[in-house]
Amino acid sequence: MFKEMHDLFRWAWLIPALPFLSFLLIAFVTKRSKGLSSTVSILAILASLGLAIAIAIGIIQSGAEIVEHAAIVNVNWLNIGGLKIDFGTVVDPLSGMMLFVVSLVASMVQIYSLGYMHGDKGWSRYYCYQSLFAASMLGMVLATNLLQLFIFWELVGLCSYLLIGFWYFKVSAREAAKKAFMTTRVGDFGLLLGMLFLYTKFGTLDFATLAAILNTNIQNVAVIGTASYVTVMAFLVFMGPVGKSGQFPLHVWLPDAMEGPTPVSALIHAATMVVAGVYLVARMYFLFVHASPSALQFVADIGAFTAIFAASIAIAQDDIKRILAYSTLSQLGYMMFALGVGSYSGSMFHLMTHAFFKALMFLGAGSVIHALHEKQNIWDMGGLWKKMPITGWTFFIGVMAISGVPPFAGFFSKDEILATALQNGHPVVYAVGLFTAFLTAFYMSRLFFVAFCGPEKPENHPHESPWSMTIPLIILAFFSVVGGWAALPDHNFAFFLHYLPLGQEYEREAINWGLAGISVIAGLLGIGLAYIIYLKKAIAAESIVARFPRVYKVLQNKYYVDEFYLWIINNIMGGVAKVLYWFDIYVIDGIINGIAFITRGSAKTLRRTSTGQLQTYAMVFFFAVVIIFMVFAFGEGQLTSLNPLATLGGVK
Amino acid sequence: MVDFNIATVLTPEIAMAALALILLAIGLLIPPGARKGMMPLTAFSLLGVLGYTLFDFFHGTKALFLDGLYLHDQFAVYFKVLFLAAALLVVLSSGGYVQKLAEHRGEFYSLIMTATLGMMIMAGAGELITMYIGLELMTISFYILVAYLSDDARSSEAGIKYLVLGATSSAILLYGISLVYGLTGSTQYTEIASGLGANLSPASFLATVFLLAGLGFKISLVPFHLWAPDIYEGAPTPVTAFLAIASKAAAFAVLIRVYLLMMNSQAFSGTGQTLLVVLAALTMILGNLIAIPQTNIKRLLAYSSIAQAGYLMVGIIAESVAGVKGVLFYAMIYVFANMGAFAVATHVSEKQGSDQIKDFAGLARRSPLAAVVMTASLLSLAGIPPLAGFVGKFYLFSAVMDSGYTAIAYIGFVMSMVSVYYYLSVVKVMFLGEGEGLPDIPVHGAVKFTMVFTMLITLAIGIYPTPLAQMAAAAAQSLIK
Repeated sequence: MFKEMHDLFRWAWLIPALPFLSFLLIAFVTKRSKGLSSTVSILAILASLGLAIAIAIGIIQSGAEIVEHAAIVNVNWLNIGGLKIDFGTVVDPLSGMMLFVVSLVASMVQIYSLGYMHGDKGWSRYYCYQSLFAASMLGMVLATNLLQLFIFWELVGLCSYLLIGFWYFKVSAREAAKKAFMTTRVGDFGLLLGMLFLYTKFGTLDFATLAAILNTNIQNVAVIGTASYVTVMAFLVFMGPVGKSGQFPLHVWLPDAMEGPTPVSALIHAATMVVAGVYLVARMYFLFVHASPSALQFVADIGAFTAIFAASIAIAQDDIKRILAYSTLSQLGYMMFALGVGSYSGSMFHLMTHAFFKALMFLGAGSVIHALHEKQNIWDMGGLWKKMPITGWTFFIGVMAISGVPPFAGFFSKDEILATALQNGHPVVYAVGLFTAFLTAFYMSRLFFVAFCGPEKPENHPHESPWSMTIPLIILAFFSVVGGWAALPDHNFAFFLHYLPLGQEYEREAINWGLAGISVIAGLLGIGLAYIIYLKKAIAAESIVARFPRVYKVLQNKYYVDEFYLWIINNIMGGVAKVLYWFDIYVIDGIINGIAFITRGSAKTLRRTSTGQLQTYAMVFFFAVVIIFMVFAFGEGQLTSLNPLATLGGVK
Repeated sequence: MVDFNIATVLTPEIAMAALALILLAIGLLIPPGARKGMMPLTAFSLLGVLGYTLFDFFHGTKALFLDGLYLHDQFAVYFKVLFLAAALLVVLSSGGYVQKLAEHRGEFYSLIMTATLGMMIMAGAGELITMYIGLELMTISFYILVAYLSDDARSSEAGIKYLVLGATSSAILLYGISLVYGLTGSTQYTEIASGLGANLSPASFLATVFLLAGLGFKISLVPFHLWAPDIYEGAPTPVTAFLAIASKAAAFAVLIRVYLLMMNSQAFSGTGQTLLVVLAALTMILGNLIAIPQTNIKRLLAYSSIAQAGYLMVGIIAESVAGVKGVLFYAMIYVFANMGAFAVATHVSEKQGSDQIKDFAGLARRSPLAAVVMTASLLSLAGIPPLAGFVGKFYLFSAVMDSGYTAIAYIGFVMSMVSVYYYLSVVKVMFLGEGEGLPDIPVHGAVKFTMVFTMLITLAIGIYPTPLAQMAAAAAQSLIK
């Protein structure tokens, strides 16, 4: 059984290859034909989805075997001067789960875009980028080494840049694209340093080899002093995820990224690319585990802070996409702190369920925006449920899922994270997580009640979106309900996908229904509070704002982080730049121009050697022969010592 | 000794000789109107031979026959693939150019074939006389090809210059061969190596210097390089391309064999090694510096090709398998990068009647494909990643550093940086130049294919060099074993 499956796993490279092929086809062949471009793109991603499902089934059937022995295929890419780099695919539960999630959401979004992007001038370009993104993201998931992962990591960053700035004629879109690219680059620089450090210390970037080295060396860590190295490496590597997955303080780009088309926000900035950071930490979990405990604690702290920080901002936002964006940040923080507290499978579980319900809600928001002709403020909406029943119902499922109400998907993953946090001795993180769960339920219900319930606005004439948009909603809603059942009956998902430290067995634990109950109560409290304030209007929202004007203002302005960065850039960076500019112009350029002047001068002189006279050429030729022979015959033994190259240490 | 059939082993050479004669005959027999078909005919025959040779590379057996007169190893076959690929690309890109010639079209292709055959014999030769016959076959074909434009004074001048200087160098080479024979009683590489042994007589120095001068002339090693720019400029552009690429590679094939077997003997190491280092350094420095003020694209490429010969010498100096592998790898990618540049130069000069760099102004607008191909080729020659030239230089310089020659590697780095300047100045003219009043240059058919193909290969090898690197490594290994 396993053997046959293994053959299937060898074909995993096709999953990113198909969308890449579609990217090339659209870019070079079908660009002129809109219909053909989208068809090619969607067919490719659906084929990938089919293969991803087949592989996922294969992994489930392989059972625990595949956790210990991932199916790895490597092809040598470069082998120059001791630097050996492979390109390959790794198939294990972690990548299998990601492949399924990414290809599912990507295909849903591409189908949805048929309706949403209808009539857009950049149609072919849009599907071209979509295909490239799918190829890069899937390639990143399958990477067997850090360099391969990094290449695809940058490629998804590029696609994100291209798609945020898709409507490049809008200044805000251009600015947001630049901001996203630059901010994530800050984190990527840390990741690159981490990679270099890893390579210099261990001589490889291959995940499996690195894990093996760290696992075997861990006993004598204290002796060889590796522990401190590993911790520094872990911190550096973690900088990449901080940028990519929008953790505080590099979270500022994500809300602005909502300038892109809404399906793009659903795919890239909610379900897939932003979780790349979480995925990287999970993929390199061995590094964090073997680093000093402070590394994982740091991951937990950053994650927990981001979770509550972003959730608090979301309460005071009015733009439907921005609320979802801050919610995404908050949930990413959730996944991150889950990894930090040691809930490896919980984090991945939440990654999966979050991808379903957040993509669902973003696409739902897109459906609403589409129906209301680009209105995004929730206070301009109202009573949409009746006019748009499918969007309304599916959005409702999304809200229930993110609020952690059983039996929806979010309940199971959130519960597992919180339970592990408490068990592994992180009560503060647990409390923060619980409070965030309450806030999440509150602001999501606020969004729902304001936009979908209550009185209709007379100026709006919404209609339900076309089938191409509603079918993806229904499919995602389905997964938002049943996705969590993977946990039943006894943390089955955790058994399927768990981190296995050397020489340990995984132990199944029953779901702790007591703790689960507390989380559910927190979620219901949030929903209830939102119900009282925004639907019953028993407490006027305005009066609360009026009581805490400062707090509200700070929240609405997102804690002034953007303003703070702008101040730093304008004052400190600008000043330093001026000094460096002076240095560059007068010192560096002076040296460079000097060298160039000398080079050009010597070139002009040397040019005269070429006279065009045959006699001269022949003469030089014979003289050269004679001189070389003289040097040779009489200089034997003496030449070597006189040679300037020898004194430079060049000649052996 | 493995059983083999001489006919099988020599098939490419026999095929080339036959083709040369057949093409000559066809060129005379067919009516002038049908001569258009000569180019495709030549190209497809070359493609066939190339295909067979590639197959031979992977599946052929190593053989040594006619008492060691001729060798059939992967090293030789690798070079044969290189020559055939270069010949094929030259033929493909020269269709339009040759079409314009009033007469002697058939002979043009026939001569390309004989020159290629000469190179193949050079690569396969196991002793000096056979090598010399190959070399002369190649050189004499080139004398005619260089002077091919009989009504163009520059072409005739170049032909005469090449004839006189080429004969001079051949004389020196022959003198060296006769000295070697006198000293060792043999012309076979292996026997010469054992014959020379620890012989330190002045005569052996003289022999080595003469051999070096004769071969150094062909690869335009400074100070034997002076002929190159004049002849490159005067010759028809496709011939220049073939001369700069394939004849140089053929001389390198011989130099590697001769160097590793003879010059690397006791007599030579020490002083000789230092001498080679100095000559290679001079070649890189002079080639790159004098390229800077050039205003003619063919002269620029001529000096660039002198500099490239210097880089290749670096690989020989490393005297290691890695070094030879580097030379082989670089020689192959050099074919594609240079061919791309020359294909564009040929096409532009054919359409505009000028080789001046300033007439490339605005090429990016007038002929985007040509400008992009030219840029990719020049950047590959400069060694900018992710193009093939970067990987090639990396192999060469890392090999020589591993062998302990740090200084020459640094000179190579610095000179590569200098080269970026003049390569980019061409790019600058193409992309930023106005080029008002200059015509649009459409690219079609075989020329378009050549351009796109060379660029794709340059890019593909740059991104995924492993297959070619493995081929080069196998060829280098076959030389040692």
